[in-house]
Amino acid sequence: MAEKLKFDLVAPERLLMSTEAEMVIVPGAEGDFGVLAGHAPVMSTLRVGVLDVSGTDGNDMRIFVRGGFAEVTPAGLTVLAEEAVPLSELDAAALDQRIKDASEDVQDASTDEAKSKAQAHLDQLQELRAAV
Amino acid sequence: MASLKELRNRISSVKNTQKITRAMQMVAAAKLRRAQEAAEAARPYAARMSGVLANLSAGMEGRDGAPELMVGTGKDDTHLLIVATSERGLCGGFNSSIVRLAREEIIRLQGQGKTVKILPVGKKGRDQLKRLYSDLFVDFVDLSEVKQVAFSNADGIASQVLSLFEAGEFDVCTLFYSEFESVVTQIPTALQLIPARIEAVEGAEDESVDLGGAAYEYEPEETDILKELLPRNIAVQIFRGLLENSASEQGARMSAMDNATRNAGEMIDKLTITYNRSRQAQITKELIEIISGAEAL
Repeated sequence: MAEKLKFDLVAPERLLMSTEAEMVIVPGAEGDFGVLAGHAPVMSTLRVGVLDVSGTDGNDMRIFVRGGFAEVTPAGLTVLAEEAVPLSELDAAALDQRIKDASEDVQDASTDEAKSKAQAHLDQLQELRAAV
Repeated sequence: MASLKELRNRISSVKNTQKITRAMQMVAAAKLRRAQEAAEAARPYAARMSGVLANLSAGMEGRDGAPELMVGTGKDDTHLLIVATSERGLCGGFNSSIVRLAREEIIRLQGQGKTVKILPVGKKGRDQLKRLYSDLFVDFVDLSEVKQVAFSNADGIASQVLSLFEAGEFDVCTLFYSEFESVVTQIPTALQLIPARIEAVEGAEDESVDLGGAAYEYEPEETDILKELLPRNIAVQIFRGLLENSASEQGARMSAMDNATRNAGEMIDKLTITYNRSRQAQITKELIEIISGAEAL
């Protein structure tokens, strides 16, 4: 494929990655979607999940992201994540810790709304834990 | 006139002070560089965020159901002022100028009969405001344990502010901090956070992209995205403010300590001249005494 997708990953602290890729699979709030070059403009919030980056020369990367949104423009894909960690640096123990924190959040939540939000977060984490 | 010994002691004490101020200046210079780097690194996120928000809010204009965070509660009776200052002193007029700006705003608002609440961030500002307005404090954010401001710090403040907002504690929220212009100039700034005043952050112009006539698809709905983004935007704005603040603080400290070092140098010169003169005078006096004593014989 001739055309490459320009891909930026930005965290609040700094620009994490600015590269070209064949395709990026984004964990959108309403389902995963793959982005190739020339994708229609889309704006989507992210759920807790894994960004799957297929690099230009077999340089594949999987990055754990939490919170934020993805913006696809004709110029490329920009992911603004509140937190982003390469999956290779994230092990099962760290995830278990997160799951523990999240389940405490569920118990501590005072309102129904907060509770369902925390529960959703926990579910996403558990799903991810199963995938790792 | 002070005795020679007293002069000597003063010279050595000023020299010690100069050593300290010089060391502090160098430390501030090193920290400033790091703070500046952090502020610059955070810019792309803030710029993109505000670009996206500007896009979204342009689409929302005039429509019903816009979130309160954007359009406000419809009143402006109660104001929350977040006053971000430093944790340490010895940085020239840095803290005072932020506090002065905040105080002018408090006086103006109170003159209009509005209720004012204050959320101080950083010890120095709290101490300065405590004397006059301690009854207006809603809480206090302590960052003295924080070496380098992280996003989680800003996020914590933001969630505190948001829960106050949801509880209907205030209508308008303004952040006071110091914009870093250069090492010698820091501009105390008031930034309105709620209702969000959406404008492009510096450097956002070149980030804006031409959509080529195509409209965005939103997933989920525009209003839902906006509901999620606005609280996050507040955290981002606070984060930016804190980073600017820490760069400004170090800049202010650096120039204050530079001045202090130079003053100490001048003082040492003056004292040394006085010391030499009085030493000379004493020698002359002793000589005259000896000679006139010899002549009297």
